[in-house]
Amino acid sequence: MTTSPISSRINVSLLIATAIFLVIIMPALNAFGVIENFTLNLWGKYLCYGILAISIDLLWGYTGLLCLGQALFFTLGGYMMGMHLMLMIGKLGQYKSDLPDFMVFLGHTKLPAFWEPFYSFPFAAIMVILVPGVIAFIFGYLAFRSRIKGVYFSILTQALTYGAALLFFRNDMLMGGNNGFTDFRSMLGANLRDPSTQRILYIATALLLVGVIAGCKWLTASRFGLIQRAIRDSENRVLFSGYATASFKLFIFVISAMIAAVAGALYVPQVGIINPSEMTPDKSLEAVVWVALGGRGTLVGPVVGAVSVNALKSWATRAYPDLWLIILGGAFVLVVMFMPKGIVGIPSQIDGIITRIRRKSAAKDEAKGAEELKKNASTTPNIDS
Amino acid sequence: MSFLRIKCLIHHAKKGLIASLLFASPIVTHADESTTDSAEIRKIMASAIEAPMPSEQQEIILSLKSKPSPEVVSWLDQWKEGSIYLYEAPDGKLTAVTLTGEADAEGTLATLLVADGTPLLDATGNPVRINPKTTDFADTSSGLRRAMKEVFDLAALANPDLTKRLRAIQDSSIGQNQQKLPALLALQQSETHPKAMRALKESIAIIQLKSPDRQERIAACNTLASIKSLASHDIIKSLKAEAEKSKDAELVDAAQKAIVAIDSHISSINAMGTAFRGLSLGSVLLVVAIGLAITFGLMGIINMAHGELIAVGAYTTYIIQNVFAAGLKLSPFGMSISIPGMNLASGGNLYFIIALPASFLAAALVGLLLERSIIRFLYRRPLESLLATWGISLVMQQLFRLIFGANNVQVTSPDWLSGNWTFNDVIFGWNRVFVIGFAILIIVVTWLVINKTQLGLLIRAVMQNRNMAACMGIRTERVNMMTFAFGCGLAGLAGAFLSQIGNVGPSLGQNYIVDAFMTVVVGGVGNILGTVISALGIGIADQTLQQYLGNPVIGKILVLGAIILFLQWRPAGLFVTRSRSLD
Repeated sequence: MTTSPISSRINVSLLIATAIFLVIIMPALNAFGVIENFTLNLWGKYLCYGILAISIDLLWGYTGLLCLGQALFFTLGGYMMGMHLMLMIGKLGQYKSDLPDFMVFLGHTKLPAFWEPFYSFPFAAIMVILVPGVIAFIFGYLAFRSRIKGVYFSILTQALTYGAALLFFRNDMLMGGNNGFTDFRSMLGANLRDPSTQRILYIATALLLVGVIAGCKWLTASRFGLIQRAIRDSENRVLFSGYATASFKLFIFVISAMIAAVAGALYVPQVGIINPSEMTPDKSLEAVVWVALGGRGTLVGPVVGAVSVNALKSWATRAYPDLWLIILGGAFVLVVMFMPKGIVGIPSQIDGIITRIRRKSAAKDEAKGAEELKKNASTTPNIDS
Repeated sequence: MSFLRIKCLIHHAKKGLIASLLFASPIVTHADESTTDSAEIRKIMASAIEAPMPSEQQEIILSLKSKPSPEVVSWLDQWKEGSIYLYEAPDGKLTAVTLTGEADAEGTLATLLVADGTPLLDATGNPVRINPKTTDFADTSSGLRRAMKEVFDLAALANPDLTKRLRAIQDSSIGQNQQKLPALLALQQSETHPKAMRALKESIAIIQLKSPDRQERIAACNTLASIKSLASHDIIKSLKAEAEKSKDAELVDAAQKAIVAIDSHISSINAMGTAFRGLSLGSVLLVVAIGLAITFGLMGIINMAHGELIAVGAYTTYIIQNVFAAGLKLSPFGMSISIPGMNLASGGNLYFIIALPASFLAAALVGLLLERSIIRFLYRRPLESLLATWGISLVMQQLFRLIFGANNVQVTSPDWLSGNWTFNDVIFGWNRVFVIGFAILIIVVTWLVINKTQLGLLIRAVMQNRNMAACMGIRTERVNMMTFAFGCGLAGLAGAFLSQIGNVGPSLGQNYIVDAFMTVVVGGVGNILGTVISALGIGIADQTLQQYLGNPVIGKILVLGAIILFLQWRPAGLFVTRSRSLD
């Protein structure tokens, strides 16, 4: 057999074609009116989810850390960007005040000090990365230092997310309470309700996605990535070989939190709203579903999963609103049980089945041949038996 | 007509009888002087209602203060509520009447005189019928209603029902009206019930705090300090401020002593109340987490559908309740399922006894199905079991929505859960006491099953060393199945229990799942005693923080933070199951 397996045949060229399609052709078609603004916006949202999914896969698929708090970092990034966008509304809000509407509503007369610097876009952009990064660092440091791993890590991250969501639901947090931020107007001077602004945001998201995939490809292919996977497969062996596994895990945890946060920051201006319900443990689990469905341990799989699950969701919540959760939950159970490699793993699974069948038939042939040989040689004594 | 009249007379005669019986009882203070029969009361009432001037009416009402019989109260009530009408004769004379019988085609009703209960006759001797829509009812002015209130208050003080009397005694101190003092002092002579006597002492002292006599005020302070009256706290404070202004050192001293005594009482009540609430919250956590302590702690299955198994138990309770009552109609997937009811009169209190085992069995059955169909393939992959069970939980939640509707369903608690018991000013709600009792019961049952039965022995053997147990001939597959079903059954019991203290809805389990996992992790996986201690610890910590911060959410967040830090100190929880194996 000289032909390479199906899985590797599709890989590279298809990837590049998809990237070009997403980054250049889609927005171009939109500019000429072939693709509707709504569709492009929807895809922008999907791609943000795709980046979030990659950040989860970096932890789960490559390092073996199932983090159920990734939605927290995603939302935090969104909130940081949202704070800037809220201030950019200026006097255009309902109350014609410099303060964001919800603050006027709550009876505040002065902008809280920690909001003040968010007038500057660069500051907000730095905070998008810094705040989730610092939180991930502190939490990760505490968790990995005391060697919390496996399921315990998952449950703890879930608790962290749960606590943070409770906190953000409060009004006196001054982050908009359960309504969160909405009614954004402009970003960097461009009108957010203008299709061309949305198109630029879409392109930025698609570029980021390609960049993240390329960056992660490099990272996972490096020596670092090797250790990362070694930790996944047998942490103790890596530890006993003299590597400080906690530092490796902490590094990847912080990096993936930052990736999720940037995705969140791009998500907010495109969707136009951010509130604490995005932060709940459920959302994190849903994102984990995308990764599992798409195929973990690969970089394309999470994106495929995120886009297909969300496209399915957009369709099913309209067509079968009652059955959507049953479809999602059921699909999830089936994937976990029967498709451990997810959608992108299907070709290699098929390959596996094909080679198994071939091997079987080959073995049969061999056995037949051996039997015949035996028959022929039955007169001579058999040493093997 | 005549029949009606006779009926009315009998009715009134009965009322009179009841009134005289009441008046004969020892708790009524004015027993000797109020032998007024119902005819006289009727006359007085009629004269009051027909009196032209409000001031005159008021005077007559106030004269009734000496005889606050239930009949007077009922008449005044009717007047206040506008069911007494004023018939205006052609000559302009007003007559107070009540309406009776059925309305005829024109909407008019027969009338009865308030004065003597006979039908009102017009000049020609025919009974008068009036239309309530076109006739004025006897109005009451605000002064009149105040006067009525005074009579009501006095009547309430004489109420034979203890809780109502207590209420009246406590209310009488509001406003520190000196005029209410004589009635209370008189009642003090005849009152025998200790609770009422304490309330009387308190109310009298509170009113005396405003007494013109300085010595009486000081004495009142001392009395209130000795009985640690909570109600007087603010009043004594303002009294102290006044006394400081008038430089009355002795009074300030007495007031200060009273405040200190009451303050210390308040803080001890708060501490006890917090401990009790913490204990009951801890018990809720414990009941919710104990099933998880088995499936997660012992078996290592991350069962995210644990919350939904709790909901299975709660919905089973709901079904059982309806089977005992009028039956239930469900319409899942467009089908129509009708469950007949038994219409038992005592079902409201009985059903829970049946619901407990039923919810255990229902959840255990669901757990058994899950284990056989899905979970047994995931024993070696804990993270995957987390994800698969989460998928199951989504499906189950949606099934609940489709079967029982998206809204909460109504589960009524048995009557014996709704009362409370006050001891030393700390209120112990029966439902919280029940929570604690139930938790103890579940723990004892679980402990017995795990430690004293054949099944428990097998469970422990398989969980400690699966391969060795298999070598000894234990059918580990079957033990897994039973263990998982047992843990799920406990979740079902928790559901039956939660249905009594909260709402039952499709997302019931979601509210508890994070807390339940926290409890098990903190307690130390694989150790049921650890779960007990951590549940109680988390419950008490939560309630204490809530008490001091005055804010449940911040308290909860702090508890979550504390748990994360706690696991720094003890990564494997409170109780570590030691073994030589790595990981």
